[in-house]
Amino acid sequence: MNLLEQGIAHHIGQDALARLQRVRIGLAGAGGLGSNCAHALVRSGFKRFVLADFDRVEPSNLNRQFFFPDQVGLPKVVALGANLLRINPDLELELHETVITSKNVHPLLAGCDAMLECVDEPAVKKLLAEAMLPTAALFVAASGIAGCGDADRIRTRRLRANFFLVGDEQTAACPDTPPLAPLVAVAAAKQADVVLHHFLHQQD
Amino acid sequence: MQVIVNGMSESQHEDITLHDLISTRGLDPSRVVAELNREIVPGEEFPKTRLQEGDRLELLQFVGGG
Repeated sequence: MNLLEQGIAHHIGQDALARLQRVRIGLAGAGGLGSNCAHALVRSGFKRFVLADFDRVEPSNLNRQFFFPDQVGLPKVVALGANLLRINPDLELELHETVITSKNVHPLLAGCDAMLECVDEPAVKKLLAEAMLPTAALFVAASGIAGCGDADRIRTRRLRANFFLVGDEQTAACPDTPPLAPLVAVAAAKQADVVLHHFLHQQD
Repeated sequence: MQVIVNGMSESQHEDITLHDLISTRGLDPSRVVAELNREIVPGEEFPKTRLQEGDRLELLQFVGGG
């Protein structure tokens, strides 16, 4: 057990940690939600991740995404993978630098016990929901995470047995309500919390 | 005929398609996830899915940002 894992086991116990380490988590999108969500999940004890994102780190991402200025220009999945390995050097990461389409969504995320929808585009959110909801995997999506003020509007709703939705469901990211660090982090943390609660408290 | 949309009963004309029902509510079908009688209906099926009396429909429209 490495230092982080010892530190986590101190809080939740070795059995619970071992249970979390068996879970395979898919993250669709490694931007504001995905990078912060992954960070929280690694510190929670999860170890096996599939990261998918087509994009590269840009200066405009640095206001809310878990990247650093010297990573501008890198593929987000590469930069995020490197940052996550600094938290836990023993992660099992599968990186896919790709756009998510109806053709690759199933092979990309097959075998994941949980899937976090962390993409920007509503049409891709829909695509992921339609692909994942009929499966047994836990699916945690986000909608309405932009702007600032009234942080409690970022709520979590359970819409099906395996489907949770985080956000205010109305505030789109746009020039009037840009995506900003505090609420994006709140939403990402709520997505991670759904996954953690599910796997920490479910029976084997 | 009566259908239940997001928990509320409403009148719709016979044989309305899912696509038309979504559009007439001012929603964008390319951003909407639809659950009809607990089954997810893929977007490409919206134009050929006809609603029937008593159907229970849940619609969720995503907004951008991630």
